[in-house]
Amino acid sequence: MRLEGFLQISGKGRYLTGAVKKTKCLVWDLDNTLWSGTLIEGDRVTLKENAVETIKTLDSRGILQSIASKNDYNTAMSKILEFGLEEFFLYPQINWGPKSESIKKIAELINIGADTLAFIDDQEFELDEVSFSLPEVMCIRAASLDRVVEMEEMNPVFITEDSKNRRLMYMADMERNKAEESYSGPKEEFLSTLGMVFDISSASTEDLKRAEELTVRTNQLNTTGYTYSYDELDGFIKSSGHLLLIASLSDRYGTYGKIGLVLIEVSESAWIIKLLLMSCRVMSRGVGAIVINYLRNEARKRGVKLLAEMIQNDRNRMMYVTYKFSGFTDISREGQTIIMENKSLDDIPPYPEYVKLRFPKFL
Amino acid sequence: MTPEEIKTKVRAFLLKYIKKPDLQDDEDYFASKLINSLFAMQLVMFVEKEFKVKVEDKDLDIKNFNSIDSISSLVTRKLGC
Repeated sequence: MRLEGFLQISGKGRYLTGAVKKTKCLVWDLDNTLWSGTLIEGDRVTLKENAVETIKTLDSRGILQSIASKNDYNTAMSKILEFGLEEFFLYPQINWGPKSESIKKIAELINIGADTLAFIDDQEFELDEVSFSLPEVMCIRAASLDRVVEMEEMNPVFITEDSKNRRLMYMADMERNKAEESYSGPKEEFLSTLGMVFDISSASTEDLKRAEELTVRTNQLNTTGYTYSYDELDGFIKSSGHLLLIASLSDRYGTYGKIGLVLIEVSESAWIIKLLLMSCRVMSRGVGAIVINYLRNEARKRGVKLLAEMIQNDRNRMMYVTYKFSGFTDISREGQTIIMENKSLDDIPPYPEYVKLRFPKFL
Repeated sequence: MTPEEIKTKVRAFLLKYIKKPDLQDDEDYFASKLINSLFAMQLVMFVEKEFKVKVEDKDLDIKNFNSIDSISSLVTRKLGC
């Protein structure tokens, strides 16, 4: 079980050791947590002191928020609306099912790991139920509400332009997903309706905070899982032996922000991709393959070999598949570490037509 | 499962992603630009789930996935029938 700060829950918990896992999304209970009183019993509920302040502070830090409440959906949502808070909650789960199921659903819909979720509730029973089914979720007692914003788990290492806009970007995702679900034609045809623009550029000093944030936040679509500090990244953009590229994506629903990062070690005869990562939010957009094709084309132009390091774990298989299907083959393997080489630089497929590409003029 | 049954399932899956009702069994849809590696992972997951086989690292070759025929022979080989 993951525990808030130094509070122990029901005597069963244990304290966290080592690095604190930062929260990406806080899930709120409603009755006697967000507000005082029980809606279904006809109470005139009033917002808890500090609740709004907490919500707005977390939001400005790029921490997403949602709801897991046992209530009547319409009654609860109209109350939320009355308080003017509806815009802050993504995918609210208001139903009579177990809260662990609601939380699983939220993690799935936002597409983040349950170990980055926190849950706040006033009922021991609910906290226990969630801890039992999802021990990786951080559980917080409603009595600690006033302390939430101070908790280390609620203080991201960085607050970047992308983190400030994160909720809006997820809101745009909700709109896209709705459009995608209701689209009856083939997926590729749907993608071409989005009017996507994909931009790759050399990272500049302004991008470094976001670049570091990406290496820390991205697990699934990450080829090696290497994390780099701001200073290390700054070293790479100044070094002639490295290239640091950052990618962004936008479409008619808005921007996805800076969603990709590539670190290449450059030598006279070879480019070695040390890190290739993409935000999970662009998983189904095919941009990872576009980046690889771009690197293949650039390597061919320069007459250098294209190698890639891959460190396999239980979550990043998709990146291995992407490498494999983009013409990379394993040339050596030691434990989970694989060196791959792209031996088909003469046979590079064209870029897909559903996305407009902007590549740097010089690297 | 017969190769014909496998092919029918694979075709139905592919047509959710690409617009080509007359897709041929031996048609390389990666080469013909119909789909790109965007669908690679979906394709791999589909094969594993639908036919209950484990696609191993060594099977992860685009040649095993680039046509209805090649997926069918991969699955047949994996199922050992």
